Amino acid sequence: MAFEDLTGRFQMALRRLTGKSKLTEKDIDEMMREVRLSLLEADVNYKVVKEFTEDVKKLAYGEKILKGLKPGEQVVKIVNDELTKLMGEEAVELALKHDGLSVILMVGLQGAGKTTTAGKLANLIRKKHNKKPMLIAADVYRPAAIEQLQTVGQQLNIEVYEEGLIEPDTIVKNGLAYAKDKGYDLVIVDTAGRLHIDDSMMDEIKRIEKLAKPDEVLLTVDAMTGQDAVNVADTFNQALHITGCILTKLDGDTRGGAALSIRKITGVPIKFSGTGEKLEDIEVFHPERMASRILGMGDILSLVEKATEEIDEDEALSMMEKMMTGKFNYNDLLKQMKMIKRMGKFSGIMKMMPGMKNLGNMDKIDDKQLEYIEAIVGSMTEEERKKPELVNRSSSRRNRIANGSGRSYSEINKLVQMLEKQQTMMRRMQGMNPSSLESMAKGNFEPKQSRSERRNKMKKKGGFRF
Amino acid sequence: MGLFKKLFTSKEKRKKAEKYKIGMMKTRNNSLSSLKDLLRNSKKIDEELYGQLEEIFIMADVGVDTVVEFIEELRVEVEKENITDPKELENMIVDKMFELYLKGEVINTNIRYNEGDLTVILFVGVNGTGKTTTIGKLAHKIKSEGKSVMMAAGDTFRAGAINQLKVFGERVGCEVVAKEAGSDPSSVIFDAIKKAKEDKIDVLLIDTAGRLQNKKNLMNELGKVNRIIERETGSNVYETYLVIDATTGQNGLSQAKIFSEVANITGVVLTKLDGTAKGGIVLAIRNKLNIPISFVGLGEKITDLEYFDIEDYIYGLFSDFFE
Repeated sequence: MAFEDLTGRFQMALRRLTGKSKLTEKDIDEMMREVRLSLLEADVNYKVVKEFTEDVKKLAYGEKILKGLKPGEQVVKIVNDELTKLMGEEAVELALKHDGLSVILMVGLQGAGKTTTAGKLANLIRKKHNKKPMLIAADVYRPAAIEQLQTVGQQLNIEVYEEGLIEPDTIVKNGLAYAKDKGYDLVIVDTAGRLHIDDSMMDEIKRIEKLAKPDEVLLTVDAMTGQDAVNVADTFNQALHITGCILTKLDGDTRGGAALSIRKITGVPIKFSGTGEKLEDIEVFHPERMASRILGMGDILSLVEKATEEIDEDEALSMMEKMMTGKFNYNDLLKQMKMIKRMGKFSGIMKMMPGMKNLGNMDKIDDKQLEYIEAIVGSMTEEERKKPELVNRSSSRRNRIANGSGRSYSEINKLVQMLEKQQTMMRRMQGMNPSSLESMAKGNFEPKQSRSERRNKMKKKGGFRF
Repeated sequence: MGLFKKLFTSKEKRKKAEKYKIGMMKTRNNSLSSLKDLLRNSKKIDEELYGQLEEIFIMADVGVDTVVEFIEELRVEVEKENITDPKELENMIVDKMFELYLKGEVINTNIRYNEGDLTVILFVGVNGTGKTTTIGKLAHKIKSEGKSVMMAAGDTFRAGAINQLKVFGERVGCEVVAKEAGSDPSSVIFDAIKKAKEDKIDVLLIDTAGRLQNKKNLMNELGKVNRIIERETGSNVYETYLVIDATTGQNGLSQAKIFSEVANITGVVLTKLDGTAKGGIVLAIRNKLNIPISFVGLGEKITDLEYFDIEDYIYGLFSDFFE
């Protein structure tokens, strides 16, 4: 809901800017107002938003933008670049020992998902780093927390050390000795959820940190956390040596602005994200993907970026509009194909539009094909190009076009079908009911390849410029 | 005399409100929430002041739209009334906060007991908000009010959830109907309603697994649960509480909206209000979706659950006003 409104609003603002050839300070201000609301609705901390929008404004007001030929895109780019910079550009790895026992301490508020994540993480590291993990159940407060960890352990076939409801310090101490004894090389300590302002509970976790000497202290944070995320992360970080964050429940429809706030205020990197209820549903966190999610616009930014590199943005936008309204004729088809040739595969562009990556499997176009299509369209009358239904209806027209272009009748039919296919697809997108659009929009939240990954992949395939 | 002062002149009232304050005090000490200071130190009502007011509300996680509207209305009223002294904003803000929540209605958030028959209360919400703990607390509360209580362990998914509820059952001294982990929640609920009716229990509290609102299948499962309850109790009037964590930000609105689509949410339980988060999103939930807040969780003890009181809540948010 909020997501839809926002995406729409944001895209409108983008549109207003990208369609212009010159940019006034008023435009930038207007744009930044949308950026600001967008970030606030994503739960980015108020102060962070304030600073961020002011920084971007300054950058956009500066010479860089006024001298540029297409300032609109530069603002978009600045917003995105700065956001990505804030998030951190690359995934940060766990710092585990190569030999000997590595210890990870899980901390956080109640209900953030520490116990589940402890299991998921043990499983992931076992696979990825080839470690032999053990879990310690040190949450002696929440009823049945130990059973919960034991069940998780059983499901993963990972041993859980527990001593029932005694002092957690003692459990951790004995647990670590036990792990060493048994030749485990990774221990993950699950601790009770605690409020960052509960002094006695914070003292307890400090004691545990001191005696366990963990290699990693991971703060588990619910991705749905609002403005308070900063308080929580900051207080935990002051009490303990937090080495990383885990953002849980990221499979929900939250935009996860907390990630940005935590990163900016504490400097602590987000290392993993929880992406589902199954015990495999954990991923290494990719900060650069998070930027666009927080903005709530899919990869539309990269679309803008890419389009500006290769084609005139007015042309692209009017094309986009035509596609969206389903009024798509042979002139447009030809123009589109030329554009696509310059930009790379059509499917690639479609995939980058929010929520539309599933519709991206369009036919590939090679150079020869484009030539043929040009010839065919060239043999149509002006009227036929504008009104494709004329060609659809009359076989004599198709015959004439075939003769004129020197292409076969079946090729003409193929082109007719291709146009129709595109028209229906666009109409389908247009006429989608809100709920399926919503689900599409949500599909957009599935993790994507990062831009750099995508770039590399494309490079290998060759032929497409990015 | 300010509206607040009037409200809290009664000693009894104040004592109750103190509990909210203790929970929220830690936040109030931040310079951000110091509304009183802000109004006192401002010389005139200008854009800067509006900006700072906006900040206070946003920092409390009140919905962005709601805040923008709120400030806009305030602006209009200031102009209309020709107010120039920031201190005069005090009452206006508090008034408008009440208006925002009450919307000119009298809100009764008491549990609607099915007198002389079984009353069913269903708990739903996303993962980790505190549904199971809240059930324990509410069971204690209802029991201490002299009614008999039973619990149904409808969260058959999360490891340890059934045992957690059983522990609460022991503490409170009430029966917990449960099946083994992984069984169909509807069948647990079916059994529980049957048992509760046989035993002439007054109130049945039903736990469900946490589910993120964008998971279609899990949401559909709730629809099934509702049908079972309606069929077995022969009534579609029962309480369904959406449990929301006070640390939740703007997503709370999405939770309330989508859960309302599959269940008739009759109230919100705002948990973990003893932290530094203020749970302001519930104001947006009431404002946009008309769902009132029924209870608040204020700590880890079994007694730390209170009926929601808007006066106390606003007192907790802005008690600087009358100290």
